[in-house]
Amino acid sequence: MAVTLTRGPGRVDATRAGSRGQLAALRRTLLRNLRAHAFLVGALLCFVLFTWYPMIREIVMSFQRLHYGETQWVGLANYRQITADPEFWSAWRNTLEFTGVALFFGFAAPFAAAIVINECRHAQGYLRVLVYLPVMLPPVAGILLFKYFMDPGYGLFNQILHALHLPTSSWLASKNTAMPSLVLVSTWGNMGSATLVYLAALQGIPGELYEAAELDGANLWQRIWHVTVPQTRLILSLMLMLQVVATMQMFTESFVLTGGGPEGSTTTVVYLLYNYAFNYDKFNTAAALGVIMLLVLGCFSAVYLWVERRGREA
Amino acid sequence: MTTAQSGPTRTLVAPRRPKPARDAVAARSGATRTLISPVRLSQPRGRLVYRIVLALVLLVTTVAFVGPLYWMATGGFKSSQELVRTPPTLFPTHPATHAFTEAWSRLGMGGLLLNTVVYAGGALLLQLLFDVAAAYSLSKLRPALGNVILGMMLASMMIPAAALVIPQYLTVLDLPLVHWNLQDTPWVIWLPTVANAFNIFLLKRFFDSIPNELLDAAAIDGAGPLRVLWSVVLPLSRPILGVVSIFGVVAVWKDFLWPLITVPSHETLNVGVNTAATSMPENSLIAGLFLASIPTIALFLVFQRNIMAGLTAGGLKG
Repeated sequence: MAVTLTRGPGRVDATRAGSRGQLAALRRTLLRNLRAHAFLVGALLCFVLFTWYPMIREIVMSFQRLHYGETQWVGLANYRQITADPEFWSAWRNTLEFTGVALFFGFAAPFAAAIVINECRHAQGYLRVLVYLPVMLPPVAGILLFKYFMDPGYGLFNQILHALHLPTSSWLASKNTAMPSLVLVSTWGNMGSATLVYLAALQGIPGELYEAAELDGANLWQRIWHVTVPQTRLILSLMLMLQVVATMQMFTESFVLTGGGPEGSTTTVVYLLYNYAFNYDKFNTAAALGVIMLLVLGCFSAVYLWVERRGREA
Repeated sequence: MTTAQSGPTRTLVAPRRPKPARDAVAARSGATRTLISPVRLSQPRGRLVYRIVLALVLLVTTVAFVGPLYWMATGGFKSSQELVRTPPTLFPTHPATHAFTEAWSRLGMGGLLLNTVVYAGGALLLQLLFDVAAAYSLSKLRPALGNVILGMMLASMMIPAAALVIPQYLTVLDLPLVHWNLQDTPWVIWLPTVANAFNIFLLKRFFDSIPNELLDAAAIDGAGPLRVLWSVVLPLSRPILGVVSIFGVVAVWKDFLWPLITVPSHETLNVGVNTAATSMPENSLIAGLFLASIPTIALFLVFQRNIMAGLTAGGLKG
């Protein structure tokens, strides 16, 4: 049933046309191409303007500076400036911390949720809707709601912890707990989409595999480990990469909840980039930071692709 | 019609396999087998354990995901004093609606909503127009260099969007060649959303699955490419168009950094709520958050099925 008909570019029946017809065929090909490109041009222009050109421009401007209204080439000065800023290193540390913690929770939580929901013979639709509900909120609404919950004094979380005689937390107010708190907010708000993607993958696992594993005496955990995980490996690794790239760009949570504080403990790389551009008015230095970010995430993607390919060959 | 159940077809959106068993009866009849075997579940002990686990799951999920929303919905009916009271109250003691009216006026909610609707609607139209045309061209018209262009578009999915914010911002301040300043105009939101490689990828994959014979038949009847697109391809593509539309709207609705810097005087809902948040009393803030959440929640509850299908439409299963 697979329909993968492709249409070669040489579909015009040039071969059947005689040598006299070759010119006409050429004209027809040209016309066909022109028409095809006319359909393409709108999207193409937007890609050029808002993706490809900015990328080149970012690289170029990271080597330049504005000096009394004149653009000058300054070599690596912007890079030296940004790496000399202690905030640069702490921003990367914070971002990696967020990514690490967010992966630990944001990766495990949706997968576990998906496995559990998939086992439910009742109310599956209800559970799915629930898990996805926060994803549909405007992020700021969810984030500000959690700000209220996380207030160290009257916040709901501490009141609940207190009522259960558990130690309370200072949440966003302390530099040790601020970042994990952001992870909590972000996981709550975003885990729905990953859960549903995993759920779809789980439903693609043939039941015979579980059957066979059970006959071989595999217990529940062994079935998860030896059937569920390998069967969803491809999608797990893809989601892992997407999630790393997404969490490395974290900005909104920091901006809305903590303003980068306390003591700069939640200033992420994108936040620093925003500060350099819009608070310190140093667009070129910000561009240098942007290029560094492109390089780091580019390297990450390359490593991912390499590992992925090797995994598939092995 | 006999082909309808001949195994996994290449449709993008329709579920590829029998729906998960919704009730125990179906599960027992062996519709699908998951981690836990249906036999185990039908034993008395298994059934008991299952009941307990199910109840726990329902409880935990409801508390974790509806609980905060419940607090948000009822919080607006409480007074600011009641909101910060210890212990907290589950129901508003003296429900009052004035926090909602105050939130509406202080946030300028009407204006924010209108802005966001204009941004999302325009973005949706432009995306449908240009991305559908581009995907159709790449899939069926196959221009020279088409694969190179597609490859470059897809490669841009790897680029972290936030890293490009600075040059993008400078670009929209002074558009190359024409020197237009798009700041604070809807175009600054609309146009960049067209450069959405994922949309084009999804649409192209869907168009690829439409048999060329159909298009050829229309062409023989004298239809040009535009007519073929309009009368043959688009009617067949409704599911994928729905998916692309919903995600297009939601993406604009949820975006933060880009509207924050490009439309400072015509803010979106998402940005505007944050701007006004610091200067508002607790209860009208919560009321405002609730009001701000209603449109997308409503959208979700209405289009729930399409959204769920769309999430799997990425064809991530390989």
